[in-house]
Amino acid sequence: MAIDYLPLLIMIVLGAGFGALVLILPAILGPKETNSQKLEPYESGIIPFSDARRRFPVKYYLVAMLFLIFDIEVIFLYPWAAVLRDLRVFALVAMAPFLLVLLVGFIYEWKKGALKWGE
Amino acid sequence: MDWLNLVVFPVIRIVVLFVVLLTGFAYLTLLERKLLGRFQVRYGPNRAGKFGLMQPLADAVKALFKEEIIPNHVDKPIYVIAPALALVPALLIWAVIPIASGMPAVADVSIGFLWILAIAGVEGYGIILAGWSSNNNYSLLGALRSSAQMVSYELPMGMFLVSILILAGDFSLVNLVDNARPWWEWIWLWLAFPFFFICILAETNRSPFDLPETENELVAGFQTEYGGMKFALFMMAEYTNMITTSAIMATLFFGGWRGPFAEEIVWLGPIYLLAKIFILLCLFIWVRASVSRPRYDQLMTFCWQFLLPLSIGYMVISALLAVFLK
Repeated sequence: MAIDYLPLLIMIVLGAGFGALVLILPAILGPKETNSQKLEPYESGIIPFSDARRRFPVKYYLVAMLFLIFDIEVIFLYPWAAVLRDLRVFALVAMAPFLLVLLVGFIYEWKKGALKWGE
Repeated sequence: MDWLNLVVFPVIRIVVLFVVLLTGFAYLTLLERKLLGRFQVRYGPNRAGKFGLMQPLADAVKALFKEEIIPNHVDKPIYVIAPALALVPALLIWAVIPIASGMPAVADVSIGFLWILAIAGVEGYGIILAGWSSNNNYSLLGALRSSAQMVSYELPMGMFLVSILILAGDFSLVNLVDNARPWWEWIWLWLAFPFFFICILAETNRSPFDLPETENELVAGFQTEYGGMKFALFMMAEYTNMITTSAIMATLFFGGWRGPFAEEIVWLGPIYLLAKIFILLCLFIWVRASVSRPRYDQLMTFCWQFLLPLSIGYMVISALLAVFLK
């Protein structure tokens, strides 16, 4: 029943309200004695010479792509896992080719060195 | 429409839950400092009140009355929202965790597993957005590390969750705890627990996997530009996450509210659950005190080349066990 999910909605609203409250409250309670030094980026005392909108290693992007592939696999597995006990051997046979294809891809990535950081 | 049952009772339950969780968070910081003190043969905080019991209160007041600074170079809306975005999901996960016989904390829905997975997915955003919007080199590096680490360890964690789901055969966490399990299933589950715990450590950015905030390389990582209450919110997020993930582990691996007489006497359920959560939290702190931090490449290679194949193998064997033994 959709109405069963109402408490979850209330919880999200209350949680967001709590988050807003703790963000607003200190702004009212705290002192306000700001100066230009306080508003500068923190670089361990060095005068900052560039902001952080810069290029970063492509390795992180690769990890994100690999994550997408495997996460979609995990999402495929959820409904399958829920009905496995009813469909039994049929479900196992149906999932085998999918896992096999994925395994081939996994071995390929491993051999290519994509799973090893820092090369 | 039945207002009392649909709105009033859930609101009361949610407010009580939030208060319990936030008090729990406050005293978890004290417990951690006390235990770490003992691990290092010193006292830990003992000045504020008896045994330092007033310390969390003092910390809270201090954080509340700090000046709010929003530096010039940050991406303002995201910078302000990010701490709340880190904290709130940790509170929301509790909705589906069963606290007594046939009774979840807030909502009796049949999709407990999916709720946990969905909300846990949102959790990463707080840290990533905080680091990105700070526009600081330390923060950016911390956020990049954190995002890569959290998505990587989410895969084996998801695989272990699928395995547990295969054995349970039901999306509902209430049914998962209610239904009796055969003895071999418990042993099979406990085999996976250490690896699941490692995934949880990495997901919650806890030591030894706190590379997003390595103080000797990145000052404070993604939270370098945060101060006052906003910094406190990140602490709250981390510690509430510890409590929440401990509750999830207690529910999935150790029978949640189950214990002697818990089925006849309902109020014993939450007590058993709290006791299990407490033991798991001590485990978190024990690990922090004992294990040193790995290098980042070791962390990632360990996940992709060891944990991921292991969890996929575990999932396949779980499927075979569920089909042929149940």
